[in-house]
Amino acid sequence: MTVLTYQSPVADSRDSFGQTVRAEWTKLRTVRGWLIGLLLAAVLPAGFAFLGQAHCATSTSGPNGKSVTTACPGPPIGPNGEAVEDDTYFVHQPLTGNGSLTVRLTSLTGLYAAGGFNTNGGTAGWSSGLQPWSKAGLIIKENTTQGSAYAAIMATGSHGVHFQYNFIHDVTGGASSLKYPVWLRVTRSGHTITGYSSSDGVHWTEVGSATLTGLGPTAQIGMFAASPPYAKPTSGHSGFVAPSQATGVFDRVDLSGASRSWNGAVIGGGPTDGPVDTGVDALTRSGGTFTVQGAGDIVPDVGMASPGGGGPGAPIDLSLVGDFVGLIALIVIAAMFMTAEYRRGLIRVTFAASPNRGRVLAAKAIVIAAVTFVAALIGTVLALVVGLRVLQSGGASILPVPTLTLVRIVAGTAAVFGVAAVLILALGALLRRTAVVVVLGIVVFVLGWLVTRGGLLPTGVADWILRLTPVAAYSVQQSIRAYSFVTGNYTPGNGFYPLAPWAGFLVLCLWAAAALGLAIYVMNRRDA
Amino acid sequence: MAVALHAEWTKWRTLPGQAWLILGIIAVTIGVSYAAIASQHCPAVGGCIADPVKQSLVGVEAGQAVVAILAVLTITGEYATGMIRVTFAAMPRRLVVLTAKTSVVLALVLAVGAVSVLGCVLASRLILPGHGFTPANGYAAYSLGNSTLLRAACGAVLYLMLIALMSIGVATAVRESAVAIGVVLGLLYLFPILLLAVSNTTWHRHLEQIAPMIAGLDIISATGLKSLPLTPWQGLGVMAAWAAGCLLLGGTLLRLRDA
Repeated sequence: MTVLTYQSPVADSRDSFGQTVRAEWTKLRTVRGWLIGLLLAAVLPAGFAFLGQAHCATSTSGPNGKSVTTACPGPPIGPNGEAVEDDTYFVHQPLTGNGSLTVRLTSLTGLYAAGGFNTNGGTAGWSSGLQPWSKAGLIIKENTTQGSAYAAIMATGSHGVHFQYNFIHDVTGGASSLKYPVWLRVTRSGHTITGYSSSDGVHWTEVGSATLTGLGPTAQIGMFAASPPYAKPTSGHSGFVAPSQATGVFDRVDLSGASRSWNGAVIGGGPTDGPVDTGVDALTRSGGTFTVQGAGDIVPDVGMASPGGGGPGAPIDLSLVGDFVGLIALIVIAAMFMTAEYRRGLIRVTFAASPNRGRVLAAKAIVIAAVTFVAALIGTVLALVVGLRVLQSGGASILPVPTLTLVRIVAGTAAVFGVAAVLILALGALLRRTAVVVVLGIVVFVLGWLVTRGGLLPTGVADWILRLTPVAAYSVQQSIRAYSFVTGNYTPGNGFYPLAPWAGFLVLCLWAAAALGLAIYVMNRRDA
Repeated sequence: MAVALHAEWTKWRTLPGQAWLILGIIAVTIGVSYAAIASQHCPAVGGCIADPVKQSLVGVEAGQAVVAILAVLTITGEYATGMIRVTFAAMPRRLVVLTAKTSVVLALVLAVGAVSVLGCVLASRLILPGHGFTPANGYAAYSLGNSTLLRAACGAVLYLMLIALMSIGVATAVRESAVAIGVVLGLLYLFPILLLAVSNTTWHRHLEQIAPMIAGLDIISATGLKSLPLTPWQGLGVMAAWAAGCLLLGGTLLRLRDA
């Protein structure tokens, strides 16, 4: 007896993974409601971009009790494109070409308004004490304009000697507790600025050096003092933030390369400063001893995280809130893309045509991820383009972000939505109950964002949600970095995530991969 | 009507998975409230929370999502399987069916909501004083004898019932679980998200007045009532208006359309 083996007349190429993907794509694009949903997801976010429009003007009481309205000027911009805070007292003189400045810092002391700032100014009644990042030292700065390039060697309140340059760079110089006097030196050689410290003025240690491209032939060199605001734990309902100031006493000032007289200048201190910058900036000189008092700080602008609540300018991720309108549509489509197969028994046809269940689910995942990514990308780009235009026409400012960060925020948001769709698809395969899957999706990806980034949950809880759950992926939207050398309230509510952008995205990917793997395992074991 | 009620109750209790929904409402509501309360201490850097009463009932914001599933599924579950045609064959008067379904869901949400809210209150009563929220720090004693807390707790249960009504209305109108859930949760959660971007104070205030979740949850606020754009009961009234509107729309469509 001859055994006949069945040979399908269909060519092998018709049974490829590519065919399965194509089949799933055909299923997706032929449901009119889903196409409408995808279109909404691409268009709606831009429709909500107008929400950010604000009359950016602040009213303050003028000297004679009249209200003075000034337009928001926006924060100064540092050499790297970030918004910065640049408020200090700078005792300087021009330095042309190379040179060096050596001083002995005999003491660094501070005052802070433990009981609140004085309405009539001054420091009467302030308590003595330094803030952790109060600072005094030597600086070479492009010019006295806010945001210009600089490099500085400094003694700090409780972090020892630091070398900092161009706002975002920081180098630690040894032990955190200092024994005064401390000797400091800063040198310029071409475009390279180097900072040294010494305990005796004889043996010197290089703390750090920086190449400041764009530093002109003449820069300003001198001594500075600054002190960020003081924040105290309270039992009241709002935070208590008060101004502080630092006083550095310099002597044995030795400047080579220039020899004009010293001028004191307040950097910043303009109308953009809140009440927390009302320390006294001053220079007292007695013989060779310079007493420099300064308030404020020379740091990157950390937006809402700064103790005073931040200057003008909103973080850019808030102009993407319209994306969540589209996200709900995408969640519904992703869930139904799977569960609708079970509704009418289509899943049995699908598995008859393509018996490898893992392959079917993989094809579905690829299709839904790609479609969601594209819809979200279009939606996000449109929202940003419209949003920024509306904001600028309204005079409001957004904290500027470097181009690469902007690309990460836009592409990252679309990628998060794409992977989220895969996770929801896998949940659909596991649970097969549309309503439950849609609610899970919305609770995780919409409510999850609201309670953490929106600040509805306390920071401790929010931080753990943003480390462990798929919500962690929204860290791709963080537009401002947290800096170890800037005291700030780095909470999710202020736009700071506990994980780095790639790490947060990885957490979501792990969830999606685990759910997809589990779904394939379960699907292979159970009936369709 | 009694027969219709009995029928709907039988249908509801014999479906698989309903116990999970009930447990889900209770667990999510109490769990979120517990997390929100247990992590708070006073004094704290940045200030203490102003309203521990509101914080203690904040789990309602998450628990309402499960209430919405329960309510939506009561309607759309029948459309998904075609059961709705049997139901209308047996009881041709559509509004009687809708009323019976709504009554069953309302009674369930009343019971489950009361258990959830009492759980939140109990947990907070045990935790709050130990975390510094005492009269010495300027906080009113946390007890149901306190009329503000009583109003907030009862209001939270009423709020959950209104969410159920709104969900039934939307579900009857769209007849599809996924879309109904998307619409309900979108109406609830999108307003607060969009509000984060609104800096114009006038708009902000108006949006707060019409947003169902924000206005509705004014009922659980205990302090700073003067700064709210609506009084607590007015806020719950806005939520009731949303629920009534959705129910009216759903009921009208149900009468006019084929099943």
